Order: sequence, then structure tokens, then C-alpha cells
Amino acid sequence: MTSLPIEGSSRRQSLLGADRSDRIYRRILTGFALALPLLFLMILAVLFVSALPALRRFGPSFLWTSTWDPVAELYGAAPMIVGTLLSSFLAILIAVPLALGVAIFLTEFAPRWLRQPVAFLVELLAAIPSVVYGLWGVFVLIPFLRTAVVPPLKAVLGWTPFLQGVFYGNSLLAGGVILAIMIVPYIAAVSREVLLAVPGSQREAALAMGATRWEAVRSAVLPYGRAGLIGAIILGLGRALGETMAVTMLIGNRHDIGISLLQPAYTMAAAIANEFSEATTNMYHSALFEVGLVLFVVTVVVNAIARILIWRVARGAAIGSRAL
Amino acid sequence: MTGLVVALSFIAVLALVLILGNLVLKGASSIDWAFFTRSPVPAGQTGGGVANAIVGSGLVVGLAALIGVPIGVGAGMYLAEYGSGKLGFIVRFIADVLNGTPSIVIGIVAWTFIVRPTHRFSALAGSVALAILMIPMLARTTEEMVRLVPHSLREAALALGYPRWRTSLKVVARTALTGIVTGCLVGIARVAGETAPLLFTALGNLNFSLSVTQPMQTLSLQIYVYATGPFEEWHRLAWASALVLMGLVLMISLTARWVTRQRYGSGS
Repeated sequence: MTSLPIEGSSRRQSLLGADRSDRIYRRILTGFALALPLLFLMILAVLFVSALPALRRFGPSFLWTSTWDPVAELYGAAPMIVGTLLSSFLAILIAVPLALGVAIFLTEFAPRWLRQPVAFLVELLAAIPSVVYGLWGVFVLIPFLRTAVVPPLKAVLGWTPFLQGVFYGNSLLAGGVILAIMIVPYIAAVSREVLLAVPGSQREAALAMGATRWEAVRSAVLPYGRAGLIGAIILGLGRALGETMAVTMLIGNRHDIGISLLQPAYTMAAAIANEFSEATTNMYHSALFEVGLVLFVVTVVVNAIARILIWRVARGAAIGSRAL
Repeated sequence: MTGLVVALSFIAVLALVLILGNLVLKGASSIDWAFFTRSPVPAGQTGGGVANAIVGSGLVVGLAALIGVPIGVGAGMYLAEYGSGKLGFIVRFIADVLNGTPSIVIGIVAWTFIVRPTHRFSALAGSVALAILMIPMLARTTEEMVRLVPHSLREAALALGYPRWRTSLKVVARTALTGIVTGCLVGIARVAGETAPLLFTALGNLNFSLSVTQPMQTLSLQIYVYATGPFEEWHRLAWASALVLMGLVLMISLTARWVTRQRYGSGS
């Protein structure tokens, strides 16, 4: 809002003596708002300072060595970095078609009365606590994967390096699938808003040219919203990278690099969750803080990119970020 | 192709139905009076409840709300009222970025701030972690809710000679109050389910405790311990606890949905 001309023009009191109290009010609100950048810097500083001993000792090789030996005080985070990337990648692979399907259905094809209820149900997936996903994953998803998914998968694709070894339950596959379900609501909600922001004229032009509804979506709507859709996917990726509880309960927590989906793996968040309370030496703590620092920096960068892409389509929108 | 998007949407909704269905199926039978009124019995025995975790969740989350709500709502008011400038842009951007920050990272930061200097795990440390998670979410929700207030209302108040701050508090914030309150409730419900930031702060406690300077159990921590433990009895209680937690979250979400719709029509 533009300020009233009387404000700031002189030190003179305004008609109702409100000048000063207005300034105080603004200052108080500014203080609250400054809490956010301050918080951000504090988190970064705490992680950096606590990680400093490990940073000094191991240098950048922390990122690509794979020994994790608390007894010898040797730490390399490669297995958990690879595990984080693989599980998130698998999650994205499964979640993107689902979420885009939901978004396209809700904006283009669904009858009007069905849109709100379905959107609400999908968004409810985001309200389920991570630990409940973990519980469900341990007792429902893993048995289901074991009996209904893994045997046919192995029968068809068993020769690929992705399906080597025996499936015991806790695995990259289980972690990736649960992550996929968890990020669907975020990607779907943001994609839906992006598609809603595509002007109706784009659709109508394509339809007028004789395109079917699906062709209109593919040739006009999706290209128009591309930046925002990529933003939505990257936002989902950010969620997947940092997700902790469900993954910790399902991924198996093994300090090894492997690309078989059936084998246990590890993620950065899971490593902190599992080992932080049993870290007895300063260097062990410091190494885990460095894992946290890497995780924080990566998710910040990923989220920043996602936001920039989404804001390009819907300026300043809080989709996927607000509570409601 | 229409069939494809219908099928994909169906799968997404099916996932929700399967999860909620299993919660009811496996949890409902264990919910009785003792479940709400008794504390856990030693491992291996049957019976017992999660009274300590329910009370603990209430305390930890309540304290987090006391810290987080004023800051979050205040920041949201700033964004809505004065947020068109550079600082507004930065704050908005950081809020969105912080919203995507892994909660486990917030957990170890809270540990550094509170647990390390006091040499003690405490409910208070857990509350601080949850408050940090809450602030960016509430800031953005509050902003969106306040922005729904028509400009004409604000202009009318200013034209009547109301100073800016009174317009903001007595007219704008009051009009948006229902939205702000429900936004806060949903934000609180979201952090009530958080587990990762509590692992090294509130820690968990098998006994009933009301002291916020001591370790405290919460429903989410209880579910984690029970779900990963070896006993049938624990698994049973984990499902029941999850059902209670989910019921709480759902109730708040549905109420919020209903209230905001009443107020602002069928917005998105």
C-alpha cells in the first residue's frame, strides 16, 4: 500500500496523533518479520560451527569417501549421499506421473462437483505425519511389496543390476515408494495451481484449431505452465531429500553404496536420526553436523530454485508452503 | 488419455484410503478407556495406555505454539501490511525455503541451543524445535488470510481517520481472525505429528511427566518407538496411537476447511 502523504513529510503530528504509534507498530511487525532471516542465518551458523572440526579434518573428501567408522574416527558420507539421491530419484519417478495425473484431471477433465473433494483428499496425504507413514510402511507396504510387487518385478527385470539380491523388506524400494506417496500431495497441489493459472484463452485457441481436449492439454496448457510444473517437481524433490522418519523406518540403514532397489540403503536424514544420540565423541557429532549442513544447503538450494520457478508463474504464491 | 489421468488420480486417492483404512482397522480395537488414562506398562506385559504421551504431546506442542504463534502471525501481518518492498520479498522467500527445510536439521539445531548448554534433554527443547518449524508456515498462512480482506474495508477505516495501526489490528486483523486462527490450528496440527525434531530434544519418556525441563514423551515419539520395537503389544499400541494422532490432525484440518469456506466462499 502507498503511504498517506502526510506520513513522513514532517515531524509534525498527524491530525489524530497517529504518526508515532504507526511507526512503533510497523517497527514491531518488522521485528517479527526479521525473525525469519535471523532464524535462517542462525541455523546455517550453528550447523557450520558444529561441523567445523569435521570440515577441517576431512575436507571435501567427506563427500566422496565411504568409510564410516566411529571407532577409527573416520567419516565419509558417500553411501548416505548416494542413498539419499537414489531414494529421492525413485520417489520422483513414481510420484511425478501420479501427481501430474491428479493435477491434469482436476483442472481439465474432472466434472466440477468432483474437483474440490478430490483435491482435498489428495492434499490430506500431506497432513499424515511422517511417523504414521513409517508405521504403515513397516506393517502394510513392505508385506505388500514382498508378496505382490517384488516377485513379478524380479521375474521380468531380475537380470538388471537394480534388482539383485534378496528382498528382506527394508530397502531402497520400500523407502522410495513411501517417499513417492508422501510427496504426491505437494507436487499435485502446486501443479494444480500452476495449471489453473494458465489463461483459458490458451486452451480455447487449441480447441478452436480442432484439437481434442487431451491435445489441447499437451500442446497448449502443459508448455505454457512448464516452468511452474518443473518448479513443482523440484519442490517435491526437496521434500523427498529431507524426509526423515518414514525413510529411517523403511530404508534399512546400511552404510554401503549399492544400486539394487531390493537392498537396504541409507540417507543423510536417516543417519542423523539413527546415530546422533549415540554419537559419543566430538568428531562423531561433528561429522553428523556436517551431514546436516550438507542436507540443509542442498534442500535450501533445491527449494530456492523451485520457488523461483513457481513464482514465475504465480507471483508470491505460497502454494505448498502454507498450513491450509 | 482421459482414462489415464482418471486412473492416476484414483491411485493417489486410493493410497489415502488404504492408509486411513488400515489405521482404523488395526487401531480402533485397541482404543479403550485404559488407553487414554494409563501410562505404559513394562515391555512384555499387556495392557497399559499412552496417557503420558497424550499429555506430553499437548504440553510440548502447546508450549511450541506459545513461542511460535506470536512470531509467525506477526511476521505474516508484516508481509500482508508492509510486505511489498525488498524486505518483504526476502522474508517471503526465506519463509518458503525454511518450509522445505528437513525437520531433522531443525532438531539438531535446537539440540545445540538448548540441550547442549543445559546438559539435559527437555520438553522445552522439543517445543523450541517445533516452534521453529511452525513460524514460516504460520507467516505464510497469516499473510494469505489477511490478504483476503477487501481493500475497501481498510480504506474505509483510514478514511474515517483511524490510524494505520488501529486499522490493521481492529479492522483488518479482526476481519481475518477466523482465517488466522484456523491457519494457526492447522499449523499446530502439522507440527503435532513431527517426530524427527523431537528425537534429540524431548527424547521421550516412559513415565508420566509434567516437567518441561525433563525429557517428555509425545504421541509421535511413542509411535516411532513402538513401531520399531519387537513386541506385538507395542505394535498394537502404535496403531492405536497413530489413529488418535491422525484423528486429531484430521479433525482440525476438516474444521479449518469448513470454517474458512463458510467465511470466504469456495476459494481454492
